[in-house]
Amino acid sequence: MSDAPKKVIFEVLRYNPGVDARPRMQSYEVPAPKGLTVLDGLLWIKENLDPTLSWRSSCRMGVCGSCAMFINGKPRLACANQVAHLGGGKVVVKPLPNYDIIRDLVPDLEPFFAKHAAIKPFLIRKNVEELENPSGEFFQSREELINYIQFAYCIKCGACLAACPTVATDASFLGPQALAQAWRYTSDSRDEGAAERGKEVFTAHGAFRCHFAGACSDVCPKGVDPAFAIQLMKQFMFREKLGGCKEKHGTEVAPPVENWTPREGIPKPPDHSV
Amino acid sequence: MAETAKHYKNRLGLWGWLGGGRYGLERYAYALHRITGMGILLYFVLHIFVTGSRLGGRESWTKWMGGFESGIFEVGEYLVFIAVAYHALNGIRLALTELGLLMGKPTRPLFPYRSAVLKQRPVLILVMVLAAVLIIAGGLDFFLLGAE
Repeated sequence: MSDAPKKVIFEVLRYNPGVDARPRMQSYEVPAPKGLTVLDGLLWIKENLDPTLSWRSSCRMGVCGSCAMFINGKPRLACANQVAHLGGGKVVVKPLPNYDIIRDLVPDLEPFFAKHAAIKPFLIRKNVEELENPSGEFFQSREELINYIQFAYCIKCGACLAACPTVATDASFLGPQALAQAWRYTSDSRDEGAAERGKEVFTAHGAFRCHFAGACSDVCPKGVDPAFAIQLMKQFMFREKLGGCKEKHGTEVAPPVENWTPREGIPKPPDHSV
Repeated sequence: MAETAKHYKNRLGLWGWLGGGRYGLERYAYALHRITGMGILLYFVLHIFVTGSRLGGRESWTKWMGGFESGIFEVGEYLVFIAVAYHALNGIRLALTELGLLMGKPTRPLFPYRSAVLKQRPVLILVMVLAAVLIIAGGLDFFLLGAE
């Protein structure tokens, strides 16, 4: 019996803006040894069959979020999905829908990052002086961290917007990624920017445009659960409007630890850099 | 060479509601909610138009109402009933989720991830079952028990 790995068909969307009027599908036969990921398959095609095939990828370990593609009917990370686990003998790879195609499997993510920037994805404090010239770290308890940590795991792959049916019909909708990040910062105990961020989030194309299709959470490769974050954002707004929220004051700068002796063998912390 | 667009537009549009991928039940519930919502809105517009005919006097009213006695409009009325039954029940589920209920609390994400969408899924299934019961009961009333 031959030891050669079985072969699998890759059907890949091709689009060259200088040549093609519209995208077309192209088939490649790829040897599929055990453990082959979709990204491995694309790399094999590029190295052995077609050096013109284009896509984005970087880390190859599901961390950078560059290689999100529409694989066998779902937005997924090409590096984190093995061909054997996709089912069927064919792998159909297209660029993420709801984004313009720049070339082949490369989507235009500029509008996505513009929406992310619009919701002010950083801690906002009333005391700007402390932010500019910090005297220490803002205090945060373990419980306060749990309130937002899952939403902070976003790798900005863009899969959630590709799955969202509201994004499909409303180009101005902020989308699950930006709205989830708005809640990530608003629910942070150190943040005081809810009102400022709310000006972007509670608009006709903001949080209330989401009708909980849940597809964003379904496809998120990091368990961020954007649909959940958006519902929590809506709940926050209801409570705020009904007067159920106390005025939020960001946590104070943690006092220096006193009377602290390191355990034996533990090296000293580095000196303050700021 | 013919001039081509720099970027190819790949927004799914309305196709993104029903097709466009393999997703969970909630995405199809979303599409059905929007379609039934638009159906109910269309019914309201027609309803206001028809009842407005009463301003034209009894004759105008009788003439318009007489036009709605055929079987097709009875089926249409039943479709409105189906739309209202589903839209109302699913609307309650959506209102509860928008109040932050049914979905648990934020946690540290550990693989395999279990999203809040899955946590509220039993309620969606309950909505579907209740809507089906209402639709069957309504159908019996429309076409069998209530038929003259």
